[in-house]
Amino acid sequence: MKKENLLWNATKIGLLGGAIAIFICLVGMAEIFSKRDVVETVITLGQFVLLATSVVTGFTASRQAINLLGPNQPLSALTAGLIAGLFTGLVLTLFVVAGDKVNIRAVFLNASPTLYSLLTFGKGVSNSWVLAVGGAMSGLLGAGYLLLPELFRRTINRALLVTVFMALFSNLFRVVFINQGMEQIAKFIFGQTGLTMPGSLIFFFGVILISWFWNYRGRQIQSGVARLPKSGQLSLRAATIALIAIIALGLPQASGPFIAQVIVTVALFILMGLGLNITLGFAGLLDLGFVAFYAIGAYTVGLLTSYGIFGLQHVSFWVAVPIAVLVAMGAGFVLGLPVLGVRGDYLAIATLGFGEIVRLLAGSDFLAPYFGGPQGIIGIQKPCLGILGPFLKIDVPRVCNGIELGKPQDIYYVAVAAALLIAFVAWRLRESRLGRAWMAIREDEDVAEALGINLIQTKLLAYMLGAAFAGLGGAIFATLIGSIFATSMQLTVSLNVVSLIIVGGMGSIPGVIVGAIALIGLPELLREVSEFRYLLYGMALIIMMLAKPEGLWPSQATRRELHHVEVEADVKA
Amino acid sequence: MAPILTAKKVTKRFGGLVAVNAVDFEIPEKSIVSIIGPNGAGKTTFFNCITGFGKCDEGEILFEGTPIQRLRPDQISRLGISRTYQNIRLFAEMSALENILVGQHIFLNSSWISAVLGTPRVHQEEKRALTEAQRLLDFVDLKGNGDHLARNLPYGAQRRLEIARALATKPKLLLLDEPSAGMNPRETEDLTAFIRRLRDQLGITILLIEHHMRVVMGISENITVLDYGEKIAEGTPAQVQSNPRVIEAYLGRGAATEGMATAHERYTKKAG
Repeated sequence: MKKENLLWNATKIGLLGGAIAIFICLVGMAEIFSKRDVVETVITLGQFVLLATSVVTGFTASRQAINLLGPNQPLSALTAGLIAGLFTGLVLTLFVVAGDKVNIRAVFLNASPTLYSLLTFGKGVSNSWVLAVGGAMSGLLGAGYLLLPELFRRTINRALLVTVFMALFSNLFRVVFINQGMEQIAKFIFGQTGLTMPGSLIFFFGVILISWFWNYRGRQIQSGVARLPKSGQLSLRAATIALIAIIALGLPQASGPFIAQVIVTVALFILMGLGLNITLGFAGLLDLGFVAFYAIGAYTVGLLTSYGIFGLQHVSFWVAVPIAVLVAMGAGFVLGLPVLGVRGDYLAIATLGFGEIVRLLAGSDFLAPYFGGPQGIIGIQKPCLGILGPFLKIDVPRVCNGIELGKPQDIYYVAVAAALLIAFVAWRLRESRLGRAWMAIREDEDVAEALGINLIQTKLLAYMLGAAFAGLGGAIFATLIGSIFATSMQLTVSLNVVSLIIVGGMGSIPGVIVGAIALIGLPELLREVSEFRYLLYGMALIIMMLAKPEGLWPSQATRRELHHVEVEADVKA
Repeated sequence: MAPILTAKKVTKRFGGLVAVNAVDFEIPEKSIVSIIGPNGAGKTTFFNCITGFGKCDEGEILFEGTPIQRLRPDQISRLGISRTYQNIRLFAEMSALENILVGQHIFLNSSWISAVLGTPRVHQEEKRALTEAQRLLDFVDLKGNGDHLARNLPYGAQRRLEIARALATKPKLLLLDEPSAGMNPRETEDLTAFIRRLRDQLGITILLIEHHMRVVMGISENITVLDYGEKIAEGTPAQVQSNPRVIEAYLGRGAATEGMATAHERYTKKAG
């Protein structure tokens, strides 16, 4: 009875895995990902993703087998994994064979000959049985992995993760190394589209070695650090911070202009994420209209500094930014006052409406005489460290007598400075009575009010601060691009910021940075991925909610508590 | 003694249901008063009327002579009324210490700008607040638990933490909604002593909702009985226990006389 159950379960999981694999093929992911290699000439990213699918099916099936039969039947677990993987492979084989006979391209654009040749490793349909064998093998692999001791699994995880990560960004590292004059090393490790064979081996086994070393010596090192005198610990920490700072500040210079642009975008989103983190993470107000304030900040800077026809004033960027922040804050007040009485979901919908209204108004013909309508505002003055020359006439920028921050790399430093400022403000506020009041409101509004917290005042302040920082983000965005269009003020900006906070960890300041790098930086760098950005976003959010609801880098309270639990467990044991 | 709180003809309706019906009520200053009654009698609704959670529809509530029935909960709290909840409502994801610090919100008045700038005044204020919070933790026997998240504390500790949080607002009147719910006899006894201490040492007037008769009869100076939203009896524990309407409300018409008599006997024995 149990055995039958087991086989059927494994088959089911295998079929499901097959369906997922076909889905990956039909949406075109397999093909596009195949333009990138994990290891050059050995395995492409597309093949890697399909392989991963059957490994995961094998893993899942054997885990079920273990749940069903207990851990003492490794053979059954392996069988289950083998069967699940086999069925995943079989489904793909069938798909290839059927695709050869019936043309489904009219409906599924991506079911192209390239896809089929990719699936059969270019060996033709008659050899598609290879897929079934490969599936079975990788299923077995997944099952075998499950049977390994925890320590090995963790080490393999790390090694794989680092290798794939390095492979995905190999051209980024290649450029950086070549720019630094280390061409030999770069070409040895990083290929054009992925890691080279030696490179992948270096990373994979390098991580395993380091893990192994850390496993035996880590505790000694940790306690060694803990035994250091206070000044030693401080200087160690200072060194770490300095190292991070050097990388953070030097990266845009070392990399090319394209990557610099991506890094600026990430910095801008970090900045806005920190702002929304006050509204959403601290006070729990789900604001989906964040882009409204971003737009207001951008347009304020545009109107105040543009040397185009829509420029009302031609002040310097540094004068315009504080004004933009204040205007955005004022807008936060005006928009927040009527809606902050409503709760939860209703607030989200109301603010969603604001975002759309602001975008539509900015792009409307009605207000075109002031905001340029669809043409937008162009000719926004770049920031200048020095004295700006006088304004001469329309369409002629003011001359900067000093250093003009014209390139994305330069604006990056402005964004980083702003982000640091916001992080500081957020951190100080979180530790203050206001931060506690916000968290209390997030946890239980009624109780917070019964303890004497004025809900409207307190929420309004959180909302206004969030708005102010969104305005700051918009202001920097305006000067970075040099022009503003209503079409850049899409709802997706708001959604991006909300998602990055959720993925990073609500209410956590480092979480915002991690979230922004993961959700904004990665898709920008991996152009192949950007087509499936929202598909992957959705997946990432679901996986996060299921597996790690507290986020990638949760806030301190959660962390501290987890630590306590560990300590207690130790004491008991 | 002068009443600290006076309710006159307080009525609260939910649609057609009259949850609290024209209740008159007085609490003398520095006394311990209980409201009892069967489930659904309107006790918690009455609490909510006093604390501004649900505004009462008719009637007047005076706290130290000030009418409060139209004020918001935060304003009422500032006047000096604080409460706990039937089903514990701590800020679950905040530490025990932070819970108490939130309670002190009304006594801290640094603005957000000075908090960002970190002025010396803010530092002093925070330091004072922390000392006070530690003192309150100590007062409710939770010393050393300040860093734990509220949701990870054991049940009894959560109850005590909720009281500490309420005390942080420095109330003159403290409303406790079934504080002994879910406690074992030992804990209940400690709680009774603790409530007395609140009144005797801190001079706080206490209003209790309680089902646990041993607690009610043991510490109340005055008891009000509600049934179907109406006040059916009022008086000292002894008076209430012998009131036939109360017995009827609790045990039904038939079993009335006999049942309550034995209950009475038990309590007097216990007291003796």
